[in-house]
Amino acid sequence: MANPIGALFGRSPIKPIEEHMKIAQGSVGKLGEFFQACLANDWDKANEIRDLIVVAEAESDAIKRDIRCHLPRSIFLPFARSDLLELLRIQDRMANTSKDIADLVIMRKLQIPEPLVQPFMDYFHANLETSIQAKKAINELDELLITGFRGKEVELVDSLVSQLDDMEEQCAEREFALNKLLFEHEKSLPAVEVMFLYKIISKVGNIMTTSHRVGGHLLLLMAHY
Amino acid sequence: MSDVITQYGFLLLILACVFGFFMAWGVGANDVANAMGTSVGAKAITIKQAIIIAMIFEFTGAWLAGGEVTSTIRSGIIDAEAAGFDEQPELLVFGMLSSLLAAGIWLLVASKFGWPVSTTHSIIGAIVGFAVVGISVDAVMWGQVGSIVASWVISPVFSGTIAFVLFMTVQKLVLSTDDPFANAKKYVPYYIFLVGFIIGMVTLVKGLSHVGLEITFMQSLLVSLLIGAVAMAVGIAMLKRIHNVPEDNLDERFKSVERVFGVLMIFTACSMAFAHGSNDVANAIGPLAAVNSVIASGGVFDTQSALPMWILLLGGGGIVAGLAMWGHRVIATIGRNITELTPSRGFAAELAAATTVVIASGTGIPVSTTHTLVGAVLGVGLARGIGALNLSMVGKIFVSWVVTLPIGAFLSIIFFTIFTGIFG
Repeated sequence: MANPIGALFGRSPIKPIEEHMKIAQGSVGKLGEFFQACLANDWDKANEIRDLIVVAEAESDAIKRDIRCHLPRSIFLPFARSDLLELLRIQDRMANTSKDIADLVIMRKLQIPEPLVQPFMDYFHANLETSIQAKKAINELDELLITGFRGKEVELVDSLVSQLDDMEEQCAEREFALNKLLFEHEKSLPAVEVMFLYKIISKVGNIMTTSHRVGGHLLLLMAHY
Repeated sequence: MSDVITQYGFLLLILACVFGFFMAWGVGANDVANAMGTSVGAKAITIKQAIIIAMIFEFTGAWLAGGEVTSTIRSGIIDAEAAGFDEQPELLVFGMLSSLLAAGIWLLVASKFGWPVSTTHSIIGAIVGFAVVGISVDAVMWGQVGSIVASWVISPVFSGTIAFVLFMTVQKLVLSTDDPFANAKKYVPYYIFLVGFIIGMVTLVKGLSHVGLEITFMQSLLVSLLIGAVAMAVGIAMLKRIHNVPEDNLDERFKSVERVFGVLMIFTACSMAFAHGSNDVANAIGPLAAVNSVIASGGVFDTQSALPMWILLLGGGGIVAGLAMWGHRVIATIGRNITELTPSRGFAAELAAATTVVIASGTGIPVSTTHTLVGAVLGVGLARGIGALNLSMVGKIFVSWVVTLPIGAFLSIIFFTIFTGIFG
């Protein structure tokens, strides 16, 4: 006899999407060490870390593909399927962003001028923090499912996301300040280098933007039904 | 008095017993797994425990509450007078034997191909089939058949609604509160009470007259309250051993809470097995009961005669035998597939399905336990309780449901022709 009960349960995308976030955010985490190596002019190590980031990016792509393949239209989810797929796409951009940053830095053996080092690293860490906060919020998805997307757990996620919003705002302020600082120094630096410094600042800023969007979309996922 | 009955009566009765027993065996080997699989999948009980629970409660369900549906299948589908069984009672015997064979073979074929076919639908299709073609269109009580078919739609919807509401109460009272563990411990005993009370109430109000117990509504109410209270007391004793283990909750905060619901699910598993036994035993022994009543009375089809106890016991025994021989494997397969169901929702689905099926059993309506459970699981899903549900399954069930009726009918017509050829 066929087992309608057994076949009724599909594979929940929630654990995989948490796993995906862990890997995507993990690639951002590797950037910290990466920048340290770059600043120390240890390009062998930097290359090693870049390879790790490339692996993480590929892994996150694979999970993304796997989740998509297991989400045919006939699967009934506790949220809109399109919202989940969009969230997945945003999360995946986090890994892509890390790879973009690493690639650009390695390619140009990018040097950060001394007066900008500390502000830049602070700025990067603020970005990293937003991605950690986004991961924390995504990690609540299984608890959200357990509580049926109601009550205390929703409040908890709401507060996590609003913290994330604040962090993103502060981070954006830092970006503005860093750009201003770079502008003050730009006369004394090679023009092409400056161009790429602006670019790398902007690329690092993609981390907070993506994290912010992850949070926003998580709220949509919770509310939308 | 019919010659066929006097000449071959005993042989035919033995045949009916053999077919009926095998049908019950098949119900035990396959269908029970669907009823018990959710509990095993939710890891509330082990497979071994599931088998033991199923053996006890399938049997008691069949024995104590299986009478009404058995009567419906025996004499509620075919109009004995319009069918002319007074003159030719052997037609009923052949027809019921054909129906058992047809349903049994169709279920075998369907399981070979993995189609989600319902035992209930197969047997009803087969009985209606032989009656229409072998006897006459008027021989079928179409009103009854219509309400049975309607119940196949209503029962999943009904249990889905109950499951939805039950899960909402769990969310409100336990899961979405500040201290889910404390609230789980506080409210789970009441749910256990509800399980005992509902099963007791429905069974007592509708079912026990054939066991020789005549009880009033008030008595039923009191006894049911008592059953609920006893279940609750046992539950509270079991809950004493469940503690909030902080280390458990580091990764998943609700692990301890789910363990509390795991206790509740042991009770709903019992109720599920009871409900299943009370409804599905009739698929096997309803036709046997019809054959027996014709042969025992020497060719008079008496719809009023009491259902002999040995028939219910034979059905219950067949289920237990099938369960003992095959249940293990099938339950294991289902349990493996259900990884997303946790006790806090599994119980809601089971209690809703069990309640629906027991009500149907009490009213004498043959429903599909599996489909009712599917409806209940979807109800929990609608309350946003389940990670992913495979809706294509619903479509498959619907198709198999539509296909089963004509095929069951077709097969039973063939066997009916063969039987009348051999004995007629």
